[in-house]
Amino acid sequence: MADIDSDPLIRVRSVRKRFGSREVLKGVDLEVKRGEVAVLLGPSGSGKSTLLRCINHLETVDGGRIEVGGHLVGYSPKKGKLYEMTPRQVAEQRRRIGMVFQRFNLFPHMTALENIAAAPMAVLGRPKREAQERAMQLLHRVGLGDWAGHYPGQLSGGQQQRVAIARALAMDPEVMLFDEPTSALDPELVGEVLAVMRELAASGMTMIVVTHEMGFAAEVADQVTFMDDGSVVEWGSPGDVLARPKNARTREFLQRVL
Amino acid sequence: MTETQRSGAAEDDIIAVPLRHPWRWVSAGILGLLFTWLVVLLWDNPNIDHATIGEYLFNPRILTGAVTTVVLTFAAMAVSTVLAVIVAGMRLSANPVLSFIAGFYVWVLRGTPLLVQIVFWGYLGLLFSEIVFGVPLTDIVFLRADTNALIPPLVAGLIALILNQTAYSAEIVRAGLLSVDSGQREAAYSLGMSPLRTFSKIVLPQAMRVILPPMGNETISMLKDTSLLSVIAVLELYTAATRISSQNLRQVELLIVISVWYVIMTTALSIPQHYLEKRFGRGTGARDGFADRMISRVGSAVRTRREARG
Repeated sequence: MADIDSDPLIRVRSVRKRFGSREVLKGVDLEVKRGEVAVLLGPSGSGKSTLLRCINHLETVDGGRIEVGGHLVGYSPKKGKLYEMTPRQVAEQRRRIGMVFQRFNLFPHMTALENIAAAPMAVLGRPKREAQERAMQLLHRVGLGDWAGHYPGQLSGGQQQRVAIARALAMDPEVMLFDEPTSALDPELVGEVLAVMRELAASGMTMIVVTHEMGFAAEVADQVTFMDDGSVVEWGSPGDVLARPKNARTREFLQRVL
Repeated sequence: MTETQRSGAAEDDIIAVPLRHPWRWVSAGILGLLFTWLVVLLWDNPNIDHATIGEYLFNPRILTGAVTTVVLTFAAMAVSTVLAVIVAGMRLSANPVLSFIAGFYVWVLRGTPLLVQIVFWGYLGLLFSEIVFGVPLTDIVFLRADTNALIPPLVAGLIALILNQTAYSAEIVRAGLLSVDSGQREAAYSLGMSPLRTFSKIVLPQAMRVILPPMGNETISMLKDTSLLSVIAVLELYTAATRISSQNLRQVELLIVISVWYVIMTTALSIPQHYLEKRFGRGTGARDGFADRMISRVGSAVRTRREARG
């Protein structure tokens, strides 16, 4: 694991994934450096979400390699062989990778504060007071300091998603994965979530974002990857991919969403 | 709606004659008559000796039987619930051997009558005259005991109730676990929680909301099913009553006595159920039923009184 700092934080190399007989990832490559924001674009069913879920091993890959911080995800290499990790090892690896889901997936039986403090207490063994103080700071950071005692069912979609972001941040991840974080929101609530994500990007967080928000991609992304039918079609700076797409399929997609 | 509109009467408020419900009064009248008739039938019945009912209601043998019934119910429910979580976990496990064994267990225990299972455990001594704990197929023995001495009727009955209830409760727990959205598990995993932590902190507490109402029902069933233990002579409430009535031949009176106790005990059971359901219903807007509202009202009245006094 030499030269971790010069290596990209996330390295995805020719990753393949099948669901039954359908191949949803057909050899995908992606590299994200520390502090970079990468946006994944593409029509639905192009494999963006699956790729994201492979990065924190919610899905296993059938071929290729995924490395986070120089460590292979899901497998331990030993003497030229790969060994499947135990659930405990996988859990340990996931601590470094935060994830925000399209449908928030907050724990409905816990308040906003408890949602954020739960994992630091259960996984990192933090004392309750410390975990809750930190959770309170994070709630203020996402602009929900007054909502600590509310249950998810009492919050709007935008507020729930901001709590979900704070919950992921509570584990101090090295990278944050966003799986269509604003797709389930009413249009007027999208802005508040994007604002939190902008602030997060400005603070230097490494992020991989699957989204259809072109404005966000153009403004915040360091690199944009366009996927179609399980493959990367085009890759580059937002200025190139969004403004001067070379590939016909990218052009066609951008015309439809803009 | 603004504050002024809500408090004051606005011009366009609807003032209408409420719909009449004559059939509610008719049905109430008919049922009231039938009920009065039933009470008179019982009260005037020369075959029922009311003095006997009063005499035996607080008889020590009856009270001891009632206590045994309660202890059996709680012990059986407590142990079977723990086992049920394990069996349900096995049933849903990715391990095919565990899943099959759990499925087989539920199939057999639900497929045979409880009464048969009780008698089977009561007569275990006929099948195995002694019980030996040791390493199978070797001469190493830790404990050797006579079956009837090691498993008296009370223990045999308890084992039967526990093992049977486990099968039913496991299905309830399984349904509860399946009711929790898979996104909850993924969210917990993505935060680095282990499968066991995810189960105990995230999935099970949410499943409880679905599990508790039917488990309250099962507890009430259990309370009454303990009476089946009379076939292996466990001295619970029903057996105690039949022992008395076989001497004084007042069968009906004693059945009324224990029915009163069974009703009292099942009513008392709905109180802890109410509070448990409240506890695990956090974060959901579940509506209370009639019994819940009554218990809440009594509970808050007691609190207000206590605060006023202290």
